[in-house]
Amino acid sequence: MRDDAICIVGVGESDDIGSTPHCSGLALQAQASRNALADAGLKRSDIDGLLTQTGGRMPPITFAEYFGLQPRFMDGTFIGGASNIAHLDMAAAAIRAGICETVLVSYGTTPRQGEYISLAPEYPDDFERPFGVCFPVGLYALCAQRHMYQYGTRREQFAKLVVESRKWAARNPRATRRDLITIEDVLNSPPVVSPIHRLDACLVSDAGGAFIVTSGARARDLRSKPIDLLGAGHAFTHRSIALKEDVTTSGAVESSRRAFERAKVDLSEIDVFEIYDAFSSQLLIMLEDIGLCPKGEGGRFVESTDFGPGGDVPLNTSGGGLSYVHPGMFGMFLIVEAVRQLRNECGERQVAGAHTALVQGNGGVFFSEVTAILRNRM
Amino acid sequence: MAENVRSLYGSQLGKAYALTRSPEADPFWMGCREERLMLPWCLACRRCHFYPRTLCPHCGSAEIEWKQASGKGRVYTFAVVRQPIERAFAELVPYVIAIIELEEGVRMLSHVTSIDSDNVRCGMEVAVEFRPYSEKIMLPIFRPLTPSS
Repeated sequence: MRDDAICIVGVGESDDIGSTPHCSGLALQAQASRNALADAGLKRSDIDGLLTQTGGRMPPITFAEYFGLQPRFMDGTFIGGASNIAHLDMAAAAIRAGICETVLVSYGTTPRQGEYISLAPEYPDDFERPFGVCFPVGLYALCAQRHMYQYGTRREQFAKLVVESRKWAARNPRATRRDLITIEDVLNSPPVVSPIHRLDACLVSDAGGAFIVTSGARARDLRSKPIDLLGAGHAFTHRSIALKEDVTTSGAVESSRRAFERAKVDLSEIDVFEIYDAFSSQLLIMLEDIGLCPKGEGGRFVESTDFGPGGDVPLNTSGGGLSYVHPGMFGMFLIVEAVRQLRNECGERQVAGAHTALVQGNGGVFFSEVTAILRNRM
Repeated sequence: MAENVRSLYGSQLGKAYALTRSPEADPFWMGCREERLMLPWCLACRRCHFYPRTLCPHCGSAEIEWKQASGKGRVYTFAVVRQPIERAFAELVPYVIAIIELEEGVRMLSHVTSIDSDNVRCGMEVAVEFRPYSEKIMLPIFRPLTPSS
């Protein structure tokens, strides 16, 4: 094991997931953090770095006090649902710079209880929100509609991704939506903002998640199987959807290219894909953007590909944000699932021989994208 | 924070979004009140931009003037809000949100109105009109350039 490797050595979810009227977001975050520490065989006093963002005013400060930490490095970068994956790469940078050695990245919120990540007005909102745009679903619907117009993509093709996610969720005892469904079920669910219907949209869940990042040198002393961060890539394209030149393409084109370059890994080496899925159409666009098929051919690609258990492209093996859990910023749970797959701990939903995983975050409405490539030591 | 939106499309709407304090956008909103669609125009690179900024996002120049847009454009993309997700807009459902590409080359988010939501299409030609949003604010919205049957 190389001393200068960057490893994830512990992951955890909150004990309670789904709807938790008896728990605050901080309580869920603390549960998840405790579980990640236990998974790594570490104590709170081993943690000298903390990265968290839950949409509040000073989340790292607040959580450090709540959980009983006094870290020497903290950050709360907020770039939407890609934040947790950005935090992984920033933890790596802080460790490599010698600022700290063992970093807790954690998250917990309770949107199911009506407590949403703050949407305090910012200037560009003045040109969107007076129109009742229904952030984020209305803005994603604009992207889906243009994809349908420009490439002939059909709602059935988006819907198939929801059907596939249920096949994985059925094998995940912690998933919220575990019943198998058909494409017709998705098409016939009530429209929310056309062309997005109810079942095309992710869950709204209460949940916490956490993972622990450290150096290869430190990982050597720990009991868990370390999972290496081979490389990550970041991209920013826009803040206002009206300013995005092509709403059918996301910055994941750039973030994934940068991650592959840094990781010195090729798309053909990826065994498991954990890709942000707030909406079925958003997921289809990202499949194109990371290079699984050419731009515009996502509809046909989805139709002819098996993304389920035992399929060609294992995708969102937890059931994803569509069927497992989605507490506002799902990126955290993409990492937790990727690590478990690479440790061969997923039981019924384990992807046989999973060696390398791609994790793709997505913030806002394709605002910010972060890709990470993880690998085990087989 | 929230203003009472009383008369958009003639509906009695509830509390809605209130604008931030952003003097760089004042000429735009003043134009809307006079039913003129004003766009920031860069003297250095001779391009419009939107939303209004103090430095041209294309070339960085601070030499920004304002010019009146033709008010004509095309629907780049649209979506139909069919559930009353935003309480203040509940009475408007179904309504069409859209990205409009103006003749001046800039895009803005708005509504397409005066047409059945099932008949809106990408590429459709539209023209601006103004509707009251609150006591102080008029919003630019768009209707089909040629009335649809």
